[in-house]
Amino acid sequence: MSALAELGPASGAAEPAGPKPKRLTAGRLGLYAFLIIAALFFLLPFYVMVITSLKPMSEIRYGNLFGWPAAPTIAAWLKAWASACTGVTCNGIEVGFFNSMKILIPSVILSIAIGAVTGYALSFWRPRGANVLFAVLLLGAFMPYQVFLYPLVRVFSMIYLYSTLICIVIVHTIFGLPVMTLLFRNFYAGIPIDLFKAARVDGGAFWSIFLQLIIPMSTPILIVAVILQITGIWNDFLFGLVFAGRENMPMTVQLNNIVNTTTGEREYNVNMAATILTALVPLVVYFISGRWFVRGIAAGAVKG
Amino acid sequence: MASVDLREVHKSFGATAVIHGVNVEIEDGEFVILVGPSGCGKSTLLRMIAGLENITGGEIRIGERVVNDVPPKERDIAMVFQNYALYPHMTVSDNMAFSLKLRRASRAEIKQRVERAAGILGLMPLLDRYPRQLSGGQRQRVAMGRAIVRDPQVFLFDEPLSNLDAKLRVQMRTEIKELHQRLKTTTIYVTHDQIEAMTMADKIVVMHDGIVEQIGEPLDLYDRPGNLFVAGFIGSPAMNFFTGKIGTDGGNAVFNADAGVAVPLGAAPAGSAGRPATMGIRPEHIHITSDGIPVEVVVVEPTGSETQVVVKAGKQELVCLFRERVTAGPGETIRIAPDRMLVHLFDAESGKRIVN
Repeated sequence: MSALAELGPASGAAEPAGPKPKRLTAGRLGLYAFLIIAALFFLLPFYVMVITSLKPMSEIRYGNLFGWPAAPTIAAWLKAWASACTGVTCNGIEVGFFNSMKILIPSVILSIAIGAVTGYALSFWRPRGANVLFAVLLLGAFMPYQVFLYPLVRVFSMIYLYSTLICIVIVHTIFGLPVMTLLFRNFYAGIPIDLFKAARVDGGAFWSIFLQLIIPMSTPILIVAVILQITGIWNDFLFGLVFAGRENMPMTVQLNNIVNTTTGEREYNVNMAATILTALVPLVVYFISGRWFVRGIAAGAVKG
Repeated sequence: MASVDLREVHKSFGATAVIHGVNVEIEDGEFVILVGPSGCGKSTLLRMIAGLENITGGEIRIGERVVNDVPPKERDIAMVFQNYALYPHMTVSDNMAFSLKLRRASRAEIKQRVERAAGILGLMPLLDRYPRQLSGGQRQRVAMGRAIVRDPQVFLFDEPLSNLDAKLRVQMRTEIKELHQRLKTTTIYVTHDQIEAMTMADKIVVMHDGIVEQIGEPLDLYDRPGNLFVAGFIGSPAMNFFTGKIGTDGGNAVFNADAGVAVPLGAAPAGSAGRPATMGIRPEHIHITSDGIPVEVVVVEPTGSETQVVVKAGKQELVCLFRERVTAGPGETIRIAPDRMLVHLFDAESGKRIVN
């Protein structure tokens, strides 16, 4: 949140354009009404989740869904984090958090790095068959993932990588590649080609131009890519379940196991806390970088 | 510094041939301008010399080395682009130092070279600025600075002045010429502006539709254009052309234009009487004389130092440029005659110059 505050003044620097709206018109009232309703629509479930997670089970049983907790407690949060049962083990969602981090960091770095290099090669070096490769990549971006599951499982088990951390990182990198390549290629298409030619004449080779000229100019699109990949990979359930193996089950899978464990009473407060904990990483990323995200997408769409 | 030699250079994009066998020899230290209308292949040819385009056929040599398959970074050339292509995230001094950094030059050497180039171009006060903080002329100068820090074998300029306003263009023209006289580096310069070509070049290569129409010194091309295209392209305002036949009038050669006027010629090649031809007269080689051909004034455009007058000679309009002030108004008749020694004749079929 502090990062958001820091970003604040930057937006204030731009003076509003056009005449000031004189008074509230009917259209404007309608607009605000719509915005408020839309905000409530999304905030209400979140409010319910937060207050439920702060209630003890005894209070939840009364069924007063919207009521403020009479005796707020963070016991459910502690339990969700450290001792909730995910199947037979009862170590909470903490394990899942660190597993997800282990998967997330290398996957984000690798998929962005490879996507950026591919996009750079496709837009500036234009090797023979570049257009065909790009068309195939585009196709890949729109293929349903489920089609690949079984063949990939077979391939990974044949090379003895199935159910390992490496396996899930490779899977995320491969499936992130079409969108990452598309993103970078389109961004680089907006950079004047003469810059690249000037760098070639100045003595640049493939990697030196990429590292010293192109990457420093790619900040906006790098931020977009990081946000897309962090949220995408963190929220992934299917790949984690299929490829990560029992040791590396990501947080989403652990959350599912907590919520769906059906021994005894359903602990709604623990479930709510675990869900919020799982959603926290993408949420924080959006809060910190939402502004950059919009800016980057706009920059990518128009010009570098 | 080095010579540049183009031998039978061809270029095609897929099935479309854009350069059809170009031969140009450029001597060490020469300032050569490739000029021609847009789409004539001059920029493509320059990029081929730079190594930014593949060579489909023929040979390009820089110095004694055939560079057909040498990547641009090993050709030891520097290029200035039309839109400057300055690296936007680098300061002026970083822009100039970029090529040296890529070559892993020492910090001291980079500093010394950048400062020398900045000194030559008057960029010292701007070294810490970013390209977006510079005016068009300053950007142009930085682009040149980036080229000269490297002390390359050859400078390549791709229409470097087209994005500047008219006044700045004239000023930069002089600066580039001065720079060349100072550094004496072989320079190949592409432009579509024949004035730039005439004022700056040691040698002009006139290109059209992927072939070289003529190579020569500026005044040579002006005085003795080899064909109709060069005659029409070099010189401003452009040369007037009349189609017709060469004939004789009482022993003197004349040109009987289809437009209905007869123009006396200084000399005509022997036995050429009756030969169909195109006659060319430069506007500045037409004078007002009392015994001239009567023509009707259409438009008078005084510029102060000279007066451009469009007149109607027979059925055809023709542009004249007089040093003297013209008092005649539209509709009036004046008498004009071309300087008969400066009339050009071209073959009607091939468009080639008919040598007197």
